[in-house]
Amino acid sequence: MERDVKKEQEYKNIAQKYEPKPTLLKNVVMAFIVGGLISDIGQFFLNFYLSKGFSMEDANTLVAITMVFIGAFLTGIGVYDDIGKFAGAGSIVPITGFANSIVSPAMEFKREGFVFGAAAKMFTIAGPVIVYGVSTSILIGIIYYFLK
Amino acid sequence: MDYIRAFLMGGLICAIAQILIDKTKLTPARILVTYVTLGAILGGIGVYKKLIDIGGAGATIPLLGFGNSLAQGVIKAVEKDGLIGAFTGGLTATAGGISAAIFFGYIFALMFNPKTKK
Repeated sequence: MERDVKKEQEYKNIAQKYEPKPTLLKNVVMAFIVGGLISDIGQFFLNFYLSKGFSMEDANTLVAITMVFIGAFLTGIGVYDDIGKFAGAGSIVPITGFANSIVSPAMEFKREGFVFGAAAKMFTIAGPVIVYGVSTSILIGIIYYFLK
Repeated sequence: MDYIRAFLMGGLICAIAQILIDKTKLTPARILVTYVTLGAILGGIGVYKKLIDIGGAGATIPLLGFGNSLAQGVIKAVEKDGLIGAFTGGLTATAGGISAAIFFGYIFALMFNPKTKK
């Protein structure tokens, strides 16, 4: 059978139109929504602790502790990873994701022992975060001391 | 109103991270390290405080806020105690979150086992 080049091209054009678009937009929207919702949960607890008479500083610390607790618990029961599948950065960047990055490898490596398994692997991601965060803050403190 | 602002600020910060993950070779772990470092720098130069004024928990819940807390703690401690504050202020200000992460992280890792992969 003779090939109809024109028809083939036409078909390609139509097919291209219906191909799924790159998932970037969807990923970004999901990250936005989930990140926003987790922030709202944090805002809820912040308002709650402030209403109980805590100072802004203490309330923020309590919110961090509460959110870490929730993130660690949801990771333990396996829900956080389900959220992560569609939320991407929306579940990674909030402090609940920091807790997730601790519990997840700790559970995974528990069978390799409680010291070099669970306890050591807890810091696979949290360790670098603390190293860079604390080191940067020390540099800022030194600079601030000499500039102020 | 504070819920809308927290939603928009937190969402925006996460959306930027998602773009970085999809468009660059940055892995999630590198994003977290980048964010905590960036947050400390923004906190050190006093910019992040403005984002918190606008977004409330939307700015403190993402890891940028953790970096900001480190920087703010250091600055406060240097004001009070001098140079030694550069070494004591950061972890003092973030002690609650870090201790909770270590403690709850370990407890829940003991209590639960990873779900079997389907």
